[in-house]
Amino acid sequence: MSERENGRRGVNDFAFKIATVNGTGSASANSLLMQAIFRMGIPVSGKNVFPSNIQGLPTWYEIRVNAKGHTARTPDFDLFVAMNSNTYAQDLAALQPGGWLIYDSTWPRPEILKRDDVQIVGIPLAKMCNEAFEGGRERLLMKNIAYVGALAALLEVDVPTIEQLLEEQFGAKKKALMESNYTAVRLGHDYAKEHFECPLPIHLEMMTPPDDFILIDGNTAAALGCLYAGATVGAWYPITPATSMMDAFRGFCQRFRKDPETGKNRFMVVQAEDELSAAGVVIGAAWTGARAFTPTSGPGISLMSEFIGLAYYAEVPSVFFDIQRTGPSTGMPTRTQQGDLMLCAYASHGDTKHIVLFPSDPAECFDFAVRAFDLAERYQTPVFVLSDLDIGMNDWMVRKFAWDDAYRPDRGKVLTPEQLDAMEKFHRYLDVDGDGIAARTLPGVHPRGAFFTRGSGHNKFGGYTEDADEYVEVVDRIARKIAGAATAVPAPIVHRRDGARIGIVSIGGCNAGVLEATDWLAAHGIAANYMRIRGFPFSDDVKAFIDENETVFVVEQNRDAQLRSLLALETGIPRDRMRSVRRYGGLPMSRRAVVDGIMRLLAEETPGRTTRPVEVTA
Amino acid sequence: MTTSISKPKVHHPGLPRNEIGLTRRDYEGTMSTLCAGCGHDSITAAIIRAFWELSIPPHKVAKLSGIGCSSKTPAYFLKESHGFNAVHGRMPSIATGASAARRDMIMIGVSGDGDSLSIGLGQFCHAIRRNVRLLYILENNGVYGLTKGQFSASADVGSKPKRGEPNRQMPIDPVLLALNLGATFVARTFSGDKEQLVPILKAGLLHNGFAFVDIISPCVTFNDHVGSTKSYMYTREHMREIVHADLVPIQSEITVQYAEGEATSVRMHDGSAVRLRKIAPDYDPTDRDAAYAYIRAKQEAGEVTTGLLYMGQGAPEMHENDDTVDTPLAQLPFEAVCPGNDALQKLMERYR
Repeated sequence: MSERENGRRGVNDFAFKIATVNGTGSASANSLLMQAIFRMGIPVSGKNVFPSNIQGLPTWYEIRVNAKGHTARTPDFDLFVAMNSNTYAQDLAALQPGGWLIYDSTWPRPEILKRDDVQIVGIPLAKMCNEAFEGGRERLLMKNIAYVGALAALLEVDVPTIEQLLEEQFGAKKKALMESNYTAVRLGHDYAKEHFECPLPIHLEMMTPPDDFILIDGNTAAALGCLYAGATVGAWYPITPATSMMDAFRGFCQRFRKDPETGKNRFMVVQAEDELSAAGVVIGAAWTGARAFTPTSGPGISLMSEFIGLAYYAEVPSVFFDIQRTGPSTGMPTRTQQGDLMLCAYASHGDTKHIVLFPSDPAECFDFAVRAFDLAERYQTPVFVLSDLDIGMNDWMVRKFAWDDAYRPDRGKVLTPEQLDAMEKFHRYLDVDGDGIAARTLPGVHPRGAFFTRGSGHNKFGGYTEDADEYVEVVDRIARKIAGAATAVPAPIVHRRDGARIGIVSIGGCNAGVLEATDWLAAHGIAANYMRIRGFPFSDDVKAFIDENETVFVVEQNRDAQLRSLLALETGIPRDRMRSVRRYGGLPMSRRAVVDGIMRLLAEETPGRTTRPVEVTA
Repeated sequence: MTTSISKPKVHHPGLPRNEIGLTRRDYEGTMSTLCAGCGHDSITAAIIRAFWELSIPPHKVAKLSGIGCSSKTPAYFLKESHGFNAVHGRMPSIATGASAARRDMIMIGVSGDGDSLSIGLGQFCHAIRRNVRLLYILENNGVYGLTKGQFSASADVGSKPKRGEPNRQMPIDPVLLALNLGATFVARTFSGDKEQLVPILKAGLLHNGFAFVDIISPCVTFNDHVGSTKSYMYTREHMREIVHADLVPIQSEITVQYAEGEATSVRMHDGSAVRLRKIAPDYDPTDRDAAYAYIRAKQEAGEVTTGLLYMGQGAPEMHENDDTVDTPLAQLPFEAVCPGNDALQKLMERYR
């Protein structure tokens, strides 16, 4: 059942999808298109739906434009650029009635490309490129740029903007390549103009250029956060979809972390032999006082769990970025999910609980990366930043990042040599201030600061113990310490609507879909409050929001309703008080999924109510 | 109940002091809780002597370990050093991180054969590969002590346990492994031979890179009986020192005279030198392949070759490889690592 039967969308409000073969160079064509639309000032999102493969398997790129700024993923496509004959049938079937399918008519396929309610637009891309270019590789690459040109004509993507982008990309250095790209754009553009009525009813119109916006992916943003937070040691083991975060960090360091006099590096990136080792490197470096982090994904967190418990119990600040992908096990490494909530909240054996931050877009990836280091050092504990493949690897339109030059790292309670001089004796785990946080010392600073860091049972003095009372005293203090972090993690963001009796609770990358859903629901007579949780442990505000709403829906991207379980466990609110809306097939949350889920549950709750509540006119 | 026991703070006024005015007692730790006669305690004593003789300020040292009997020992020396008793088999990664952030500190890692050759084999190999500047001691007794005497991966074929069947699986020899992986400092010695052990530890502490010392250290409780190839008696009968190391400190005159061709001198990072005196005349401790073949052949013949078996020069240490600044990364001021808002705003243009 679809709630979208609203017929044609129109100017600056539609979605299209490009189907290509992995490894044919379509990525740069797609991002060129996306960037051009962004420069035209039109809110846009791009979702790369790619295979775990280097070459040969089908891959898709989805672009959605929406003047109102609703750029959550949509499953409803008005236009398809079908460049992969292996997926023609599938792509054609996915198209909305009344849509358009563009394909390479160098090889006509009338027997497959047949659907009465869809217009088939054939453009001989390969033929034109074979005539215009020399060499197989260039012909293949330029075919992609040629479909960008055709779309420019059909959808009115601004051609001077495209040319400007090409010039910025290739400039004077690669003039020949730039000329080829120009030619290819023109080939596609002119052919479409000549043979079809341009533009299509769905097309773009220039809006105000977004001066204060950027187009960036979450992994790059998180890496930038690590750079600005002053992280000097990064350790990792390559894993999709976290790899690009360390690539970005290394790139930024090459630019910003060279000693101006010697040219030497003010950072170290250790590519470890596995995630266990990566976690160890982070903990070892952090133990000496450096800010250290590791980017990984769910399988990495599984392997790191032993060390995470050590860092929790021995109280070593450490920052873990989990760019979630579809689990369990290897799962679908190139698809997104929010499947690691429970894993990260309680990672490792024994009683543990961790600080977890939930960014919803690249802007928060930047912000939360910095906060993660501050929280880790203040609470002397592992901190998780729970991003996902959709946030981490796709380009998002967000406000430009700003940096407060007055910022200084929160190093937490670290004793200085002077403070140690004034002490008779240092004991590592004494709760002097009553906040559960004991002062620490760094190695190599002062003879009196020495202590033995251990994951084995220890008392408040830092000595080994097997004594019940001494053990309990320490673990209870740690529990108090972590509970105290509930007010220090980013507060939930609450959107309230007048007269709302239902409340939606969600997290991270679901945000765009949920926001759009609340707008849609409001337009259809259902006012809903919305709370987006941004940190764990949950603050009292989280429980209060659930309490104040008659009906509560928890929207998330995993099979087992992990967020709802976590809420039930931590707030004491009965599980059944919270209705669960989930999507976990690996694609980002859409408005449709949220609305469908909520409408279905509302219908169950209110006998006689239809699942299709009102005329859809959005 | 506390199972670590502090030692009484009574200093004999006549105890000799080193160059920085410290006595041997200043390099001690808490009382050992290992079995009486454990080889590990002799190694602890040798470590204390090596640090004292080198006049290293204890608080400039980080002592690291994994899990097991051997990994407990860092508590028994250098009480003024920060210690880190990590998780089983994972000390090398902690050491890598600590060294990454504090390149100025002296790192000593103590591990065992279970810790290094089974659960932590990967980490051991990769720390060698990265050439982390670390004295890595493997206290090798062929058994798991804390879990009551199972064979470890270093147990020789045919070695007999106290009860049950002899070991039938091939051992992993850490010395051959380290040579194979490109370690630049490889030694094997015996907990019962302090004269050989102390100079090797001192040289290892000064080595600019990963210094590996395999120390046969008999387990008196589970592996010191007739039929064991890691017992005191067996080791004494089968060990053969083939290279003897002496550390010649900076500015000291070389007083020991060696006959021509008998000794090789290797210059250390800090300016001191290690004199390698060849006891086996046909052995060259600077030729990796020859050393490997020699040790392997003697092993076949049932001999345990000991000494500073290989020293190589030139292989870059981790920081040299990574071209990091001289200031330890953990001590860089924030201004030196945060590019500031102006740079950020310029960078933002790249994403427009």
